Formats: sequence, structure tokens, C-alpha cells
Amino acid sequence: MRKDIFVSFLSVIISTVLIFGALGELKAANAELKPIAKEDIKAAFIYGSPVGKEGYAFAHDKGRRALEQLGYKATALEGIPETTQFEKSVRDLIEQGYNVIYATSFGYGRYVERLADQYPNVYFNHATGDVTKTNLATYMGRLYQSQYLAGIAAALKTKSDKIGYVVSFPIPEVVSQVNAFTLGARSVNPKAVVEVKWTNSWYDPVAESGAGLELVNTGSDVIMAYLDTMSAQIAAAEKGAFAIGCSSSGAEALPKAYLTAPIFDWAKFYTADIERVVKGTWKGEFQFFGLESGVVEIDALTDNNADSAREAVQKAHDAIASGLLDVFAGEIKDNAGKVRVEAGRSLTDEQILTLDWFVEGVVGSIK
Amino acid sequence: MISFQKRAGTSKGRAWTRQFISIIVALLTCAAVIALLGYNPLEVYRQIFAGSLGSLYSFKEMILTMIPLSLLSLGVIFCLRIQFVNIGAEGQFYAGALAASYLALRHPDMSAAGLLPLMFAASIAGGGLWCAIPALLKLKLDVNETLVTLMMNYIIIKIIAWLQFGPWKDPTIKGYPVMPAFSDSAILPSVLGIHSGWVIALALFAAAVIVLGRTRFGYQLAVMGSSPQTARYAGFKTGLLLMAATAIGGGFCGVAGFIQASAIENSLTYQMSNGWGFTAIAVAWLAGLRPAQALLVSALFAILLQGCAYIQISLGIPFFMSNIIQGIILFFVLGSDVFTNYRLVIRRTKDTQNALSERGGK
Repeated sequence: MRKDIFVSFLSVIISTVLIFGALGELKAANAELKPIAKEDIKAAFIYGSPVGKEGYAFAHDKGRRALEQLGYKATALEGIPETTQFEKSVRDLIEQGYNVIYATSFGYGRYVERLADQYPNVYFNHATGDVTKTNLATYMGRLYQSQYLAGIAAALKTKSDKIGYVVSFPIPEVVSQVNAFTLGARSVNPKAVVEVKWTNSWYDPVAESGAGLELVNTGSDVIMAYLDTMSAQIAAAEKGAFAIGCSSSGAEALPKAYLTAPIFDWAKFYTADIERVVKGTWKGEFQFFGLESGVVEIDALTDNNADSAREAVQKAHDAIASGLLDVFAGEIKDNAGKVRVEAGRSLTDEQILTLDWFVEGVVGSIK
Repeated sequence: MISFQKRAGTSKGRAWTRQFISIIVALLTCAAVIALLGYNPLEVYRQIFAGSLGSLYSFKEMILTMIPLSLLSLGVIFCLRIQFVNIGAEGQFYAGALAASYLALRHPDMSAAGLLPLMFAASIAGGGLWCAIPALLKLKLDVNETLVTLMMNYIIIKIIAWLQFGPWKDPTIKGYPVMPAFSDSAILPSVLGIHSGWVIALALFAAAVIVLGRTRFGYQLAVMGSSPQTARYAGFKTGLLLMAATAIGGGFCGVAGFIQASAIENSLTYQMSNGWGFTAIAVAWLAGLRPAQALLVSALFAILLQGCAYIQISLGIPFFMSNIIQGIILFFVLGSDVFTNYRLVIRRTKDTQNALSERGGK
């Protein structure tokens, strides 16, 4: 009997509070984007994996720390899965006054779009995303240009003409990285092939090490991974393979094996972006930064590289940055031999962002 | 010689005092840990409460965590009541979510009035089945249910991961492994600003209180839980009771999965449980396997979880802190259970014989 009373008592309390909640909902959300004074900016960065000491999240976090050094309030939540857990975390942030959100993973897309509609006065930025709204911008780097350069360094180093590449998901962003890397490699070494292994995750150190070892065992002697950690390269380096890093430098982790890495300098983007919020010039637009912007770069080549690498990479770098060389200029065949880009043409941005085929020289397929 | 002596009887008052003291000791210990990390414990505690109850928003978020947590603990209670150690609430949650999602993805064009009740029923069947399998193995082959329920978790999570990466992958999202979003008719409507899962949860709690406290079935479960021999001697069909209780318990967990998939996730993913299936075991235990108390304890855990999410942002304390606090509280409260039921005796070895004979003489 007492239990029954207890339950009904509890339900009455809960319902009462909920009714007030419903009343609270009624106040209309008619806010819109306004410039925010520097001292009122509260920026939040959401990463899919722990920041750690290298990799994708680490690279973004360097950008966040640059904001802090300039006196902005900028916090980070790490290891947030691509589920409604992300949506809840962002709601929590906004509830505590955060007004500029940087969502750094493609998989947050579905939730970012919903949140942007719910909170029209909050600035949303979605890295690698494909949907923009008045308060939702997307930003990404043409990292494929740096991949092309890294491919050159890898192909000049390999003795077996086989390079291993560990990747997460068969999404266009990833496919474009592998393709550009392979095109770069074959621009200096037409015999080079790039073998692909999938881990189905951005962050799975165990699977990554396994994939790295497997690639070495099947003959690759330079290993690359487009992932959040360098576990694949570290495991492969123990077997004597050389390593290309990703997103940030691996010189400290692998002094004897590290060659170079396509890297981001996100600080350049974030500091400029936050200034646009302050000045009121921020727009919900699609932003795609190449080598010319400095947002994407290639890390300084170490002494582990082949002698000719530094010069070859620099030459290609200057050609791409000045617009003389287009990484995806034809003729390009896919790895089944079909011509996909005719000579004299090249892929448009839209085609690059929807790539679903591998270029000639890639060993592997898109499931 | 150190030994535990069973107390002759436990007064309710003593049990409550000890629970209370143990929570205070747990909070003091947590305060020491927080201070070690370089934060002010009082400020942290204040913010945990402010962040979970201090505003309408945070209160709602707290309720959103409480809904699945309370249902999962209810499912665990039904099993633990008859000494069926179910640590598979996590798996039963996913089995229910999977069954409901199958219907949602298969019949997106059905009306909500038709689809939601079907998904509800399917989730009970899915969760119930996932719990009944270990029960059947225990009944027929005498297999330990603790291990089987635990392993069943991983089986169903891997099945959903496989579906998400393979056959059920949304073809319109360019290779990214997510399942399609549910149609509107598969999404629970909200009542008073919060999804209607809370209505379902309250209704199921009321039903559970009545079934366990007022019906013959509930009585038989109580007898079976305290003494299986007595139950058999009284002529109860213990096998049938075991299957029924576990199927119902699993069913409750399945409903939690359905609510979470439908109202929160609007889809199915293999990472949507946030480990609540395991937290629920602690909730059930702390509640003394009583449904009404479970509601209260799951509210406390939801406050802790939401509060820790809040201080992660406001104070920059890692979210792992909430796990540490949970762990410390559990340690002390469960530890105090031992002292409620047993007396710690420390004697010299030569006195042991006397002690044993004294106890025998009582």
C-alpha cells in the first residue's frame, strides 16, 4: 500500500514539473545570429576521439589552444560518439552559454543539422560536412593536395613498390585522400601500388596495429593511415617499415621511421573564423582550403627520406599552391581500368566530394 | 582471527541508518578524491546538483536519462528477485531496440497509431527472448546464467553493428555506416515537453508494483526468491515461474531500448546504451530489489550522470569523475550491506573455539 502511494506521489510531482516545462517551451525562439563581442565568445570543440598526442583531434585542438592564447574562451569535449550523445553534449554546452560550436567529425552531420534549426542564434561549424544553413557553416581542407605530396615522398622511399594505407570508412573524403596519395606516388614511380585496409572506425588502435602489421607482412614497406592515431605506423615500424603520419607530425613518436605527413594548421582557420564572428562577417557557407591558404600543409621532410624527395615535393607543392598543377587533372583511370577523367579535364569540387571509385594503382575496393 | 558472524535479525531502522552513514562516508571519500584532483569538493557537489536540478533544461535532461535507467533496473529486479543473476540488461535493451527498429525501418508508411504499439510489443518480445534464452539454458542444462547473460550482450551488439555496417546501412549517406532515420510515425510523441517514454515507464512501474505485491504470481516469485526448496515443496511450477519472470524482466529492458531508439536516437545504432544496462544492475541492488525505490535510486543516478556532464563543461572535470563517484558510492553502500547482515568479529585464535561454541549455544 505504501509503495502505491509512493509511486503516485512521485508521478504527481513529475507531472507538475513537466507541465511547467511545457509552458516554458512556449516562449518562441525568434533569435537570430548577431556578432559576439570577443569577451562574450564561448567556443566549444567536439572531437570524436581523445585528443592524445597526435592525429586528427590533436590537430584541431592545437587550433583551439591558439584561440585560448589569443584570450578567447574555448573548451573541448573529447571522445564524443556519433550518436545522440553528441546532440546532448552540444545542448548541455549551449545551455551553459556556449555560442560557437565546432563539430569536427563527419558523422555528427545529422545532429548538427537538427541543432542548427533548434538554436538559430548559435554559430555552428561542421568540419567535412556537406549541409550549410544560415547558422551552419562547413569547413575542410584540401588535404588531398598534401596527400599528393606525401605520396611522392612515399613512392621515392619504397623498395618493394608497395605502400600500405589504413583507412576508416569508404566515404568520399577518405577515398579522395587515398586517390590523391596514389596519384602523387605514381607521378614519380609509375610502378608503385597502394594497398588499402579498412578498420571501420576513426579510432581503434588495436585494429589499426593489426592492419599495419598485415600490410607489412604482404610486402608494403611504407605505411600510411588516415586515422586518429599512428598505431598502424608504429606497429609497422617495429617490423622495419617507414611511416607517413597524418594530420599532425609523427617525428617524436617514430624518429627512425617517420618521413612526413599531410598536416593541418587549423589555428589559421579558427583564429580567422572567430574574428568573423566578432566582426559580424561570418557566413553559413561551404569553405574548402588548399595549400595556398596554409590551412593544409606537408610536414617538413625528415632525414629518413630519399635524397631526391625534398626537391620533388617542394616542386609539386609550389605547382599546386600556384595553381599550375591540379591533383585531379586527367587522364585518370579507375583501378578497373576504365577512364574516369579524360585528358584535359579535371574533377570538380563536387565530384571530389562524392568520389566513390579508386584510381589506378590502388589495391582494394569500396565495399 | 577475523570472521563474519551472521546477525540474528536486522531491524529496518538499523539498515537505513547504515545505508545513510555509508552514503555520507562515500561522499566524504569522493570529496577527498576531488580535492586531490585540485578542485573544491563543495563547489563540485553544488554544481552537480545545480547542473541536474537547477534549471528546467537540466531537469529534463535528467529525466531523459532516468527513463531508460529506471526501466532497465526494473527488468533486472524481476530477475534478481528469483535469484537469476541477470547482467544482460544491456543486451536485452539492444534486442528490444532491434526488434522495434526492424518494424520501424520495414514499415515507415504505417500510421503511428498502428506502428508504435507494434514496436512496443516487438521490443518486449525481443528483450524477453534475449533473457529467456539464458533462463532456458539454466533450466535445461544447468548453465550458469551470469556468464550467459553477459555474453549475450556482446552477441546482440555485434549483430547490430553488422547490420549497421552492412545490410541496414543507409544507402543515401555516401558510404557512412549509419542506419536510415525512422519515419515520423515511428517516433514517440512528446507529452508535456518530454517524450512519452516517461508515461510508458510510469505505467510499467505501476504494473510491476501491483504484480509483485498483489498477485499470486508475485507471491510465488517472492517465495521462490527467498527459498527455491520451499517453492518446490509448495508445489509451484518453478521452471515456468523462472521462464515467466525472466521473459518479463527482459521485456522491460527491451522496452527501454525501444523508447531510446524511437524517441531519442530516431534510428538504431550499436552504441546507444551508454552503459546504462550495467548501471541498472547497481540501481536494482541499491534499491533493495524494490520497484518504487528503484525509481528513486535511478533518479539519483540520473542526477549524478547529468550533474557530471555539467561539471565537465563548467569546471573542466573529466567525465570519468562520475564513474569514480558511482564506484565509490556503490562500494560503500554494498559494503554496508555486509555489515547490516553480518557482525565483524576479531578474536585471538585460541578464543575462536569458545566463540563458535557460544554461537552454537544461542
